[in-house]
Amino acid sequence: MNLVTISGPPSSGKTAVILKTAASLKDRGLKVGVVKFDCLHTDDDVLYAKAGIPVQKGLSGAMCPDHYFVSNIEEVVQWGRAEGFDLLISESAGLCNRCSPYVKEIKAICVIDNLSGVNTPKKIGPMLKSADIVAITKGDIVSQAEREVFASRVNMVNPKAIILHINGLTGQGSYELGTLLADNPREVETLVGEQLRFTMPSALCSYCLGETRIGESYQMGNVRKMNLEDNS
Amino acid sequence: MMSPEILGQRTIAEITGDYPFFSSFLKDNNLDVQGNETSSFSDFLSSLGEDFQEEKGIEPGQVMEQAASYIQQMLEFLGQEDQVRSLTILPGTDKSGTPEGFDRFTVRPGETVSIVGPTGSGKSSLLGDIEWVAQSDTPTGRQILINGEVPDTSWRFSTSKKLVAQLSQNMNFVMDLNVREFVSLHAESRLVANPEEVVERVIEAANDLAGEQFSPEAPITSLSGGQSRALMIADTAILSRSPIILIDEIENAGIDRKKALSLLLTEEKIVLMATHDPILALMADRRIVIGNGGIVRVTQTTDEERALLGTLEELDQTLLGYRSRLRAGESLAPPKNKGE
Ligand SMILES: Nc1nc2c(ncn2[C@@H]2O[C@H](COP(=O)(O)OP(=O)(O)OP(=O)(O)O)[C@@H](O)[C@H]2O)c(=O)[nH]1
Ligand SMILES: [Mg+2]
Repeated sequence: MNLVTISGPPSSGKTAVILKTAASLKDRGLKVGVVKFDCLHTDDDVLYAKAGIPVQKGLSGAMCPDHYFVSNIEEVVQWGRAEGFDLLISESAGLCNRCSPYVKEIKAICVIDNLSGVNTPKKIGPMLKSADIVAITKGDIVSQAEREVFASRVNMVNPKAIILHINGLTGQGSYELGTLLADNPREVETLVGEQLRFTMPSALCSYCLGETRIGESYQMGNVRKMNLEDNS
Repeated sequence: MMSPEILGQRTIAEITGDYPFFSSFLKDNNLDVQGNETSSFSDFLSSLGEDFQEEKGIEPGQVMEQAASYIQQMLEFLGQEDQVRSLTILPGTDKSGTPEGFDRFTVRPGETVSIVGPTGSGKSSLLGDIEWVAQSDTPTGRQILINGEVPDTSWRFSTSKKLVAQLSQNMNFVMDLNVREFVSLHAESRLVANPEEVVERVIEAANDLAGEQFSPEAPITSLSGGQSRALMIADTAILSRSPIILIDEIENAGIDRKKALSLLLTEEKIVLMATHDPILALMADRRIVIGNGGIVRVTQTTDEERALLGTLEELDQTLLGYRSRLRAGESLAPPKNKGE
């Protein structure tokens, strides 16, 4: 089974892109399944099921969603293999704009939209910078110049990525993304022993463990202080 | 190919001296090199410390690799970017699998082709095929040639070498900038050599197309529909690197469409124009007729058809006249003679 991971800021168009791409892959005779990772709530599973795509969802709740992803992805891979998918797509929202649960040697796609502003590419960390493919959506609602400026900013922070413009509503560009996903598939039997592309943020302070009170004496473990400059 | 290792050994001052655009790479990756200009790029990256690297999501090896590809790309982009002298479409099939109704269609810079056919008939898949430089690997089975040859795949994947610029009907702006800032931002992203001059040229050309003038200081979101269209067309003609422009209808209000087309053509663009407007269709040299997901036929605009242009333009003027009277709050009834 081939596996790809798709991440991107909330509402950037991941589901829209996956739905269109999956439809084009189905037309080519591939069996596609999806797993959606989110934090508190998602209705994406309903959308996938409606489109006839087998789907699993995982909500991380109080856990860091990316830690949750790594702790569960292997089981999901085994589910996908048991279901006999040719391709399993993982959709996850980039919740803190830093991380990306991208795995080495597994195709990584970042979905980002034209409306998010030209400075957004440099605010997003490895999720954008270490993606193999960047899909830019919602080009239909901005001008040609804005599309060009935005794409050049993305290129600036990730010059190696293939940049595709995809319209999540009409599907323009999704056939091409499908081709990139289906080309040179990697046969994944297990992710055990594989590595993440980038480390997760270091955590584990008293608040991670459920502390709710504010104040120095309650702060234990990995604590970092802001550097407040003296402006007087 | 530039080697990341060699790049890492050079000092930041040297790299920036050779490639001025390297400083924007540093800036966009949140790397502040002030005071470190004489260290080597790789020393500088290591000196940032593990905490900083982890915080910002920076990994020295990866950054050097990215810097190398970025410089390589920019050089290709500024240097001898391969010019498009012709675009050729070889037929595939329509939705029912019927072969398309033409043999080989070639268009060159300075030519306009109109695309007609009902909505949903396959205009966007034609555009999609051209953008993707299809090689019989899309649902239509069409093949696209550039300069008569199978082009290399960089046309598919490069940001700086996009084949098609698309001017859609709803030309919204989402940025909060004035006209000059907006065009400057675009010029900057295109790394043009003389940005101020080019920006002035774009604004002047846009004002020449627009029915009502606008100032460089006007916020782009305050422009009227016609003014936005004029600005986008002038900007695309002068600042977009793409050799092919696809226009999805030019609404007939607040803009001189004839001038707009001729501006694009003097900038040596191939213009493809989806339209339902007979006047625009007649301004094109040829017409692609689309139906059922395929190209039904390609026709030449005949002299007989062109002879109609005058009549149609007159009708158009009449209609426009009524429109402006309506807008001005005047009566649409013919003016009465006083003595009656
Ligand atoms: N106009 C336009 N709208 C789009 C496009 N792509 C997606 N949308 C819309 O944007 C909204 C969000 O899209 P989703 O696909 O749900 O985004 P998402 O990234 O999956 O969102 P989450 O999974 O909730 O983070 C939906 O209303 C889509 O219809 C596009 O290319 N153009
Ligand atoms: Mg979604």
